[in-house]
Amino acid sequence: MFKNKKFNIKEFLSENAVPVVFLTLSIIFVYYSGTQPAIIMNDVVARFARNAFFVLSLLFPVLAGMGLNFGIVVGAMAAQIGIYTALALELSGLPAVLLATVVCIPFALLFGFLSGWLNNKTKGQEMLTSMFVGYFAHGVYMLLFLFIIGGIIPINVYELVLPSGVGARSSLDLTQIKGALDSIVKVDLFTFVFILAALSAVITVANTIKNKKLDVTKTVLTVALVVVGVAGNTLPALSMFKRVVKVPVVTYALIGILCAFISMFFKTKLGQDMRAVGMNMEIAEVSGINVNKTRITANMISVVLSAFGQIMFLQNLGTLSTYTAHQNVGMFAGAALLIGGASVTKATVPQALLGTFLFHLLFNVSPLAGQNIFGSALIGEYFRVFIVYGVIALAIVLHAAKKASGKK
Amino acid sequence: MENLKPVLEMVDVKKSYFGNQVLKGVSLKVMPGEIHALCGENGAGKSTLMNILFGMPVIHSTGGFEGEIRMNGEVIDIKTPRDAMKYGIGMVHQEFMLIPGFTIEENVKLNREPLKESILGKFLGEPMKNLNRDEIRKDTQAALDQLGMDMVPADKVAGLPVGYMQFVEIAREIDKRGVKLLVFDEPTAVLTEGEAERLLAAMRALADQGIAILFITHRLDEVMAATQHITIIRDGAFVKYLNTADTNVTEISALMVGREVEVIERAKHHEASNEIVMEIENLEVNMPGEMVKGVNLKVEKGEILGIGGLAGQGKIGIANGIMGLYSATGKVTFEGKEVALNNPKAAINAQIAFVSEDRRGVGLLLDESIAFNIAVPAMQNQGKFLKKYGPISLMDQAAITENANKYIEELDIRCTGPNQNVRRLSGGNQQKVCIAKALTSEPKIIFVSEPTRGIDIGAKRLVLDTLVKLNEEEGMTVVITSSELAELKSVCDRIAIVTEGKVVGVLPASESDAKFGLLMSGITEGMEG
Ligand SMILES: Nc1ncnc2c1ncn2[C@@H]1O[C@H](COP(=O)(O)OP(=O)(O)OP(=O)(O)O)[C@@H](O)[C@H]1O
Ligand SMILES: [Mg+2]
Repeated sequence: MFKNKKFNIKEFLSENAVPVVFLTLSIIFVYYSGTQPAIIMNDVVARFARNAFFVLSLLFPVLAGMGLNFGIVVGAMAAQIGIYTALALELSGLPAVLLATVVCIPFALLFGFLSGWLNNKTKGQEMLTSMFVGYFAHGVYMLLFLFIIGGIIPINVYELVLPSGVGARSSLDLTQIKGALDSIVKVDLFTFVFILAALSAVITVANTIKNKKLDVTKTVLTVALVVVGVAGNTLPALSMFKRVVKVPVVTYALIGILCAFISMFFKTKLGQDMRAVGMNMEIAEVSGINVNKTRITANMISVVLSAFGQIMFLQNLGTLSTYTAHQNVGMFAGAALLIGGASVTKATVPQALLGTFLFHLLFNVSPLAGQNIFGSALIGEYFRVFIVYGVIALAIVLHAAKKASGKK
Repeated sequence: MENLKPVLEMVDVKKSYFGNQVLKGVSLKVMPGEIHALCGENGAGKSTLMNILFGMPVIHSTGGFEGEIRMNGEVIDIKTPRDAMKYGIGMVHQEFMLIPGFTIEENVKLNREPLKESILGKFLGEPMKNLNRDEIRKDTQAALDQLGMDMVPADKVAGLPVGYMQFVEIAREIDKRGVKLLVFDEPTAVLTEGEAERLLAAMRALADQGIAILFITHRLDEVMAATQHITIIRDGAFVKYLNTADTNVTEISALMVGREVEVIERAKHHEASNEIVMEIENLEVNMPGEMVKGVNLKVEKGEILGIGGLAGQGKIGIANGIMGLYSATGKVTFEGKEVALNNPKAAINAQIAFVSEDRRGVGLLLDESIAFNIAVPAMQNQGKFLKKYGPISLMDQAAITENANKYIEELDIRCTGPNQNVRRLSGGNQQKVCIAKALTSEPKIIFVSEPTRGIDIGAKRLVLDTLVKLNEEEGMTVVITSSELAELKSVCDRIAIVTEGKVVGVLPASESDAKFGLLMSGITEGMEG
């Protein structure tokens, strides 16, 4: 009589307003960009692969109650230190990426610890703190790369240092590691769909055996994937997609592993502690949870993951702007997460994935759409900057308003 | 008993908050397996003493304390709640310590979750083990069963009625293993009588297992019924250690307050009029644990109407439904106009005020001053306390302070002044602020649920007197919901009894207890409904 739990379109729309709005916008923009959807798709597949780690890494601080951790830029810096080391040792390909990963971990842990410690000193202001951590770390990073590299630490590789011998070059060519992960296995879109279908089938069967009951939604998903795969391989209308869109399988596998890790993580004791701390620090403390330690841990995990993210990003891009590559990492990831429908206190893996997809789709199409709708690509360019900052500002204002009304 | 060592001794404990000495050398001694009452007026320092025992952050962030804590004769050092738990101390705090976004079972097992092996745990150790959801459910269910509570462990805590939340906290404490001492800081303040009895029974069962219990309550009959010894404090100072068997309610209250407490009597009674100010027709309210199933009731203008009845029968739900706090159907007419249900704004705009039974969860801005808190609703809804300068309106600080001073005196709010932050008040004094707030908006009708819960025996009288005074002087209609029949009889004109979600009868307050008793048990023959 009082609550009907039927599916309610209005409720669904109001609860998912943000992703719905951005999805609609994306569709309009895709249409007006006048570009082949297959070409857009190929670009988005690549962008998604190189950005997903950043966005997923934000889940930890959000769930631990620290909001969007713009401080993940320090993770990107750790990654750049790793990559630079690999270059200085004249490694290439997969070994270079692996070495960079190994080198970046201790740095990322340290940076994560320090910024987490600072977050604990400024509880309630974590987003602001993490932004300033980014600026401060940028200064230290400049010092390292401008003066210490070549100045104190000798570098013997000519292409890595400025002609004076002191300081790193501002733009480094990463040809030798470009695609180190992406190019290991690349398949076309529909073969990838088949791989997903196979995976989904295995999980469905395993679940069915475990629960002794057919997992209906997963079965439907598997069948749907098979249908898409078959359609893509047979329908001429989709042949363009089959030819153009290439999926870096290893990169996606890593993203898949991270998603699985995150969902497992939040079923563990530490994950539960993190959620408790995120919901109410005082009560968590009174229950005996070490709040400060839990928050620092969340921050460290997030920074390490974003360091991995930056390595994946750079091996895809193939160049490194030594002094600027890390700069927008936090902002862009934060905006993507919000577009997926997350808030600064609540976020899920599907929201992170959806947000990454929508954000980069818009990023891809907005300049051309701007050109075609308003006759100026600049408008599209402004628009994407507007999305990033607008979405973040809005989320923070909404959060503040909610906090104020929650007190009453 | 004599040769047993006390589980807990607190010796000459002193504590100051910002230069204000709130504990001036209190000592306390609790024996194993006993239920020990800690009594004192609102603001006497009971919660502060318990916060010290539990190592609460608020104590150590304000300069710590002086004095000694001993457990089983050994001096111990408690700096954090974690330390306290390590020594086997459990506590049900006066304010709720539950995470609303978590389920009942997640709260009961918070930071004590049973774990099981997991893939991540194999590599990364203890913190990465999975929660054992089955065990969590089983233990929670067992604790709830022990309390006789019919709750679903997987339900979210947010949205539960206060009484239920209190039982979730209690379930959490009794689920703890190795507990030697349990502190209950006014657990019954938000419980109905029936629930309170259930709790006392559970406490006795725990004490029989050898667990010592420190019990804080303002209901002195509970002290008499459940405890063996009593420690009384007044104004932060130790007053007396008593054997419950050798004392009585009058002595306890006199020791608490420092003077005799008079019995409330009402001077003038309302003349039965036929002017109906509010008519409730077929009201149904979906409040878990207090379901209202079709109430018809007429409230006369200028009267004090009591709503009584046994716990869980629905009396609490009526006001909550009218105020739009729980979903409701039916028709409520106030001064000839229909009040929209399920819409808190509508009720407030109709100048209906409400003091909720859940004063711990509702309505106080803890980091604002007493004066501002009292003024807020009147300011927002009626534009009172505002000075207009053209299009700009500013707060009238002088008027706000003056109004606050008036209520601080009338309700005896123990504070350092109207500018003190509400967070720094004792629990009972926070409740008085809630009442002052509702009264300041000068409602035409006020619903007060459990007006004297959590308020000490001296202040109780002040609160009831204030309600009576406003009724007589301002002609305000008052509807009091209370589970204490004696309290209702002492101030009300008429009393409606709610049984099984319906009003089974309305009697003049002067009727005999026997007649009310019959109504409550559901026997309605020969009485009009
Ligand atoms: N955080 C705080 N900061 C400053 N003063 C405080 C704080 N908490 C309590 N006080 C003051 O300490 C005194 C004792 O408060 P306490 O909460 O111990 O009273 P109580 O005996 O528990 O009363 P009640 O029965 O109303 O709960 C009060 O005068 C109160 O104003
Ligand atoms: Mg108290």
